[in-house]
Amino acid sequence: MTAIDAPELRRRTRELLAAHPPATTGRTDFLRARFDAGLAWVHYPAGLGGLDAPRSLQPVVDAELAAAGAPDNDPRRIGIGLGMAAPTILGFGTDEQKRRFLRPLWVGEEVWCQLFSEPGAGSDLAALGTRAVREEADGDWIVDGQKVWTSSAHVARWAILIARTDPDLPKHRGISYFICDMTDPGVEVRPLRQITGEAEFNEVFLTGVRIPDSRRLGPVGAGWKVAQTTLMNERVSIGGSRIPREGGMIGPVARTWRERPELRTHDLHQRLLTLWVEAEVARLAGERLRQQLVAGQPGPEGSGMKLAFARLNQEISGLEVELLGEEGLLYSDWTMRRPDLVDFTGRDAGYRYLRSKGNSIEGGTSEVLLNIVAERVLGLPAEPRNDKDVAWKDLSR
Amino acid sequence: MTAQTEETVAPDLLYSEAEDDLRAAVRSLLADRSDAPTVIARIESDTPYDPQLWRALGADIGTAGLLVPEKLGGQGAGHREAAVVLEELGRSVTPAPYLTSAVVATETLLALGSEDGPVAELLAELAAGRKVAVLAVPFSAAPEGSSAAEAVTGSLDGTVTAVADAAAADVLLVPTTDGLYAVETDAPGVTVEPLVALDRTRPLATVTLAAATGTCLAGTEAARSALRRGLLAGAGLLASEQLGLAEWCLTETVRYTRERHQFNRPIGSFQALKHRMAQLWLEVVSARAAARNAADALATGSPDTPLAVAVAQAYCSKVAVHAAEECIQLHGGIGMTWEHPAHLYLKRAKADAIAYGTAGSHREAIAELMELPAP
Ligand SMILES: Cc1cc2nc3c(=O)[nH]c(=O)nc-3n(C[C@H](O)[C@H](O)[C@H](O)COP(=O)(O)OP(=O)(O)OC[C@H]3O[C@@H](n4cnc5c(N)ncnc54)[C@H](O)[C@@H]3O)c2cc1C
Repeated sequence: MTAIDAPELRRRTRELLAAHPPATTGRTDFLRARFDAGLAWVHYPAGLGGLDAPRSLQPVVDAELAAAGAPDNDPRRIGIGLGMAAPTILGFGTDEQKRRFLRPLWVGEEVWCQLFSEPGAGSDLAALGTRAVREEADGDWIVDGQKVWTSSAHVARWAILIARTDPDLPKHRGISYFICDMTDPGVEVRPLRQITGEAEFNEVFLTGVRIPDSRRLGPVGAGWKVAQTTLMNERVSIGGSRIPREGGMIGPVARTWRERPELRTHDLHQRLLTLWVEAEVARLAGERLRQQLVAGQPGPEGSGMKLAFARLNQEISGLEVELLGEEGLLYSDWTMRRPDLVDFTGRDAGYRYLRSKGNSIEGGTSEVLLNIVAERVLGLPAEPRNDKDVAWKDLSR
Repeated sequence: MTAQTEETVAPDLLYSEAEDDLRAAVRSLLADRSDAPTVIARIESDTPYDPQLWRALGADIGTAGLLVPEKLGGQGAGHREAAVVLEELGRSVTPAPYLTSAVVATETLLALGSEDGPVAELLAELAAGRKVAVLAVPFSAAPEGSSAAEAVTGSLDGTVTAVADAAAADVLLVPTTDGLYAVETDAPGVTVEPLVALDRTRPLATVTLAAATGTCLAGTEAARSALRRGLLAGAGLLASEQLGLAEWCLTETVRYTRERHQFNRPIGSFQALKHRMAQLWLEVVSARAAARNAADALATGSPDTPLAVAVAQAYCSKVAVHAAEECIQLHGGIGMTWEHPAHLYLKRAKADAIAYGTAGSHREAIAELMELPAP
């Protein structure tokens, strides 16, 4: 087999474009053909949308396709599937699961959600109480419990789900990992309205939901280990592409500053420049992380970037509301809607300010991430804990 | 440059293998010859600089000539390598005229672009580590709008205060109203009066010229842009010194808080402390990206250099001071003692925050470059 390099990828991309001209091919058909040609995520295995090529070569394909005006999948709408479900299925799924789920996931025909958090288990995720009990007769699992804060559950076809399969073991050891069909009877999704007025996330009630054993991911009882892969991928947002200067939230503020001299004050100027520097440095740190990954020397920096961006987003959007003065007093629309995706751009400053409050909570709170950095990166001693060797059912709740 | 300007080439923010090798050589030399007790003993003597250490570092390992092309007697390396040397010097707060002589004075001379004559001769001496030269401007002078040149008149009369490393210098590069002069420190009419400095690992002095004579190296215009270039390189690479310093403070603090017990637990297991150290780690990681970006921009002559330098300075000064302050606080009483090296780092960090322009003056430069004007 010849090694896949940039010219080879370019050749294959042109071949795809010739066989399926974007102008005359339907969007879904084109995306399926792209997946089948191994040009979806080139670092994935052959036959599963990739070519076992270095991840760093993906931009070669993307640039070629963009230039030809080819349709793209919508990474924002399918973010949970792409960022979390896919790497977990790739790492722990059976061949059959990989073949069944990865293609429609990547094409965007099937949206995924993440049924992890529960009312009683957020930061302490391993404390979860949703039960999965195995049926003697056919080995299917019957799931009962309640999940919460489930983003996109209202548009999702599938969910990654963790549930307790053995309450007699300590909490981390009695968990298993499943793929849950959101259209099954017993799955009920109720919108939860949030701070922005919209209902981006939901409560999900699971009542006697039957999941065949073929939709278990990883061994029985190994769910916590499998979930670590999901969570790591959730936190390490591996930006495959370079972010341009002023590419993040600082962009709209800087533009407003340039275009509206009447809004400028000395105090805002000082704060804007300080945040501008921090945003630029965070961008460079992200770029350095990207270069480390490409060079095959992944550093622990990934766990830190989410922390940095959460704080910056909050401070910058807070400044933006103040900068706008009178306009900052207004809000575009409080109607309760159930959006398909989270979109920071194209919304007003008030929305950005409110939504960014979630950045330090979703995907692990900033406090929990600081604990992780302190213990796993710096090697500081763990908190004393009293739940490690106690059966889950005996823990006080 | 305008707000629309993007970097032309992607900056390389990693360390090369050659840079890692250079780091290892410098680190092992400094571990041997510049440990904390040695530095503390040195700053209390009349000669904070150890000439033998300088010979080993500048001449034997060849760091003094990293920026100088081979045909002028240097190593023909660049700013990325010099930045690595500065990281190590920051990590050990070693007193050595590296930043002032091998970076700022050297870069100023290089900017004059002479292939022979007195500039080339002096460069060869500096590159070989045989001589030390410093710019006769205050250590606080920022690359932009430095009016230091006006302090000395054409006849080489005048006084410049707070000149870093002047006491260790053989040659002063004196910017005047009509050009740049090289003046030997032992020439008649030259006095170098040591000052009591906040940071004793980088001594300051007042330079007085009274009808002194020197060699004219460049006329007014060339001198002005060379001075700016020298200070820009100084500010840009100072960020790497600040990075090394901050890294030492974090590493030491983590080590200490893992060992020190109170309330029957290592103090490093208390979340109030863990979060502060994790936050500091994030700042150090970010400072590394900013410092590397500035070093790479200087090395490649990127049009982005003034912005990259201003961003690195505006960010890294704050991180170094924060790291040194946290280091003292989390060490408790021992952090306040003269024997413990933490104070060396705080003094260096605080002085560095003023050197080659404060964070505020660098933010003003950014406001100009990015078209984000004050009201
Ligand atoms: C917008 C948004 C979208 C989300 N989407 C999803 C989703 O799609 N799927 C899903 O499963 N979950 C989702 N979540 C849930 C999210 O992962 C949890 O909210 C989060 O992990 C925190 O859990 P909690 O809400 O129970 O807060 P708690 O764990 O109760 O935390 C409350 C406070 O205590 C602090 N705290 C808790 N433990 C510690 C500790 N050990 N040390 C220090 N401080 C601590 C926390 O940092 C926080 O400040 C979403 C959340 C938000 C805000």
